[in-house]
Amino acid sequence: MEICRRAAAGTLESSDVYVELEPGEGIQVEIDSVVGPQFGDAIEAAVRSSLEEFQVRDVHIRLVDRGALECVIRARVETALMRGREEEQA
Amino acid sequence: MSKLVASLKEAIALTGLRDGMTISFHHHLRNGDYVLNMVMEQIAALGYKDLTVNASSLFDVHEPLLEHIRNHVVTRLQTDYMSGVLGSAISSGVMEKPVEFRTHGGRPADIQSGRTPVDVAFIAAPTADPMGNCSGKYGKSACGSLGYAFADAMHAKKVVVITDNLVSYPLADWSISESYVDYVVQVDSIGNAAGIVSGTTKITRDPVGLAMAADAAQVIRHSGLLKDGFSFQTGAGGASLATAKFLKSIMLREGIKGSFGLGGITGYMVEMLNAGCFETLLDVQCFDLDAVTSIRDNPRHREISAAHYAAPGCRSAIVDSLDVVILGATEIDVDFNVNVHTDSTGRIMGGSGGHSDTAAGAKLAMIIAPLSRARLPIVTDHVTCVSTPGSTVDVLVTQKGIAVNPARKELRDRLVSAGLPVRDIHELKEMAEKLTGIPRKLPRGDRPVAEILYRDGSHLDTIYNVPGSL
Amino acid sequence: MKRSMLFLPGNTPNMLINGDSLGADCVILDLEDAVSPSEKDAARVLVRNSIRTLGYPGCQVIVRINSTDTEYWQKDLEEMIPLRPDAVMPPKVSCAADVQQVDEAIARLEKEENIPEGTVRIIPLIETALGVENAYAIATASSRVSAMLLGGEDLTADLRCKRTKGGEEIRYARGRMVMAARAAGVDVYDTPFTDVNDDEGARADAEYAKSLGFTGKAAISPRHLPAINEVFSPSQADIQYAREVMEAIRRGKEQGKGAVSLHGKMIDAPIVERARQTLEMAEEMAKGRG
Repeated sequence: MEICRRAAAGTLESSDVYVELEPGEGIQVEIDSVVGPQFGDAIEAAVRSSLEEFQVRDVHIRLVDRGALECVIRARVETALMRGREEEQA
Repeated sequence: MSKLVASLKEAIALTGLRDGMTISFHHHLRNGDYVLNMVMEQIAALGYKDLTVNASSLFDVHEPLLEHIRNHVVTRLQTDYMSGVLGSAISSGVMEKPVEFRTHGGRPADIQSGRTPVDVAFIAAPTADPMGNCSGKYGKSACGSLGYAFADAMHAKKVVVITDNLVSYPLADWSISESYVDYVVQVDSIGNAAGIVSGTTKITRDPVGLAMAADAAQVIRHSGLLKDGFSFQTGAGGASLATAKFLKSIMLREGIKGSFGLGGITGYMVEMLNAGCFETLLDVQCFDLDAVTSIRDNPRHREISAAHYAAPGCRSAIVDSLDVVILGATEIDVDFNVNVHTDSTGRIMGGSGGHSDTAAGAKLAMIIAPLSRARLPIVTDHVTCVSTPGSTVDVLVTQKGIAVNPARKELRDRLVSAGLPVRDIHELKEMAEKLTGIPRKLPRGDRPVAEILYRDGSHLDTIYNVPGSL
Repeated sequence: MKRSMLFLPGNTPNMLINGDSLGADCVILDLEDAVSPSEKDAARVLVRNSIRTLGYPGCQVIVRINSTDTEYWQKDLEEMIPLRPDAVMPPKVSCAADVQQVDEAIARLEKEENIPEGTVRIIPLIETALGVENAYAIATASSRVSAMLLGGEDLTADLRCKRTKGGEEIRYARGRMVMAARAAGVDVYDTPFTDVNDDEGARADAEYAKSLGFTGKAAISPRHLPAINEVFSPSQADIQYAREVMEAIRRGKEQGKGAVSLHGKMIDAPIVERARQTLEMAEEMAKGRG
């Protein structure tokens, strides 16, 4: 899947995560999480596995995490990817 | 004879304060308190060093204390509770000597016994007369009960009352009498009313809190304790208040007349008193305006001292007659030990207050906590530090089930036969971890930053510094 | 037999992840009114992941899809049916054809996913004047229809009157819904009570609905669930009486009696049927939360 434009999904509410992405070269992941010390690695692994699932090879993705569960993180990443892959509406 | 002194500076000099002494403060003005900072600023300006501060609790408003710690004006801290701003700094190792944490019952007991003698008590008083009769019930900075200040007033070598509402002698409805007071100082303002008491405390809208509260009320209902003469304490937290609300409607529907409500008092407890759920409220601290109004106007709403509330080793304390207490936790382990001193990274953000006193005294000590907060599981193998021993904790209520301490088999049977979702505490831990994943264990420092003393004075646990914090 | 249904906004993780522990017999994961048009895609993915991961043990899962006059409802079904929710709730159902349209789409998706036909039920949400008038036709439009829910807010807008706490304006609709559902042999749920802060009002409203014959009641706040569950549960006295009825029937059969009486009153077929339902419900309650 190719990312053609900036897109975002999610919110900054408790138990949610805000995901922002834009076209990039290779995969760049930035994570800012309230549970970074305990779950930072797990969050990054979930993001990378979602990207792999959708065969995204080039993207710059940023997460602001408010303690979201993995199923929520994956949902927000997926939504952001779907939004980012669509061509601009005329 | 007059005890009225023109300035705080003068009063400090008159007390004979010297380097190395202990001064004390109460926390009834909570996060609106000006007095501790005001006194410490004078003391620092006068060049005192190496003092011990014994404060019943410390809040974010007391951040300037950190400067006095760095400058060695204050080198020892004794307290029952410390909120996050100071807690973080202490956890980062700002102080050489570990903080001594006591309980609300242990503190007055140790002051009275001379284990932690107080040289000078500075007592913020919302209303006082020139001879030192004082009360928290009146004045623009009214806070209601002055329960935590009694031990300081009665046992400190010198007592200074600081007020922003000086009335003519005598203040008839005093809480602390002139017989304990050496000096009275009038200042412009002792606190910010908005930080002293909240408006009407609102019941939580958090659905998880409500679900837990509904189950907690059912636990009480089926515990065998909910009958005429029932006594109850709950905190001001969202789920605790909601439990009180559900409990109230059960008591009214079933016509149960309780004996007393205890502790920090909120408008919800006042509502229960007025609705006939209790004969009396025993109030060591008011949390909101409704409680302040009630303690002033309703003779069945009584002020109590911290020692009467919870002190161990005295002839008796009210907690010894308590049926049910609802308490919170930042962590609880599979042995039912509870942590309310630190968050799960080990950083200090609380303290016992009356947690372990009431847990020890009450027939049913119930912890209400969600299974996880911001993806961090609440049930652990070992709590980061022990604030309240598991042997005194009976039930954990979470949104996904209720765990009963295995030592309370009879209670467990009662709850199971009432159809409540009772589960083993290990099962709750696994349920949480299945949702959140297992958090990485964080490294802890090797320098003690606080010692937790149980209510009887015995050493309960040590809190270590958090590396890399601040 | 479920007593309570709780609406959970479909794009709010904090509500979704705790949906099974709020005390509701059924959760309604809402893709419709609780989700703004620009977030329909996000809610669909989030609700799908929530059902897949959390499963909502001990709860029936109902998904409120968008209405058939929108561009969303088919995508909603495509995403949801593979997860086999207990039921789909189409909103603003006004006639049998609305149900049949959803029924056909579900049937097609069940087939594609190799799910036994009829697995996913339909609970039409009736919230228009036309829907109320067609309630019986709607209840019998498909064998998937297992229950109906009355939606008082949209209905009063359609009736051009004010929604009140007393609910006089939906009195006819309530009676009509119960009549149609019972005639069709399906369950029927009452509209949520909307004042989140009025617990006594919620209890009174639930008691009223129960007195009319509703199976249970929906809620928009978990705060109302304890009252709803209690009101729609058989009381200890009901259960005791039901046990006595069944015992009397058993003894009557043993003794070969044609007519059986209990406490001097003849026990006829409807009394037996009611006793059977009461015991069934009591058993279910004992398994789940009190």
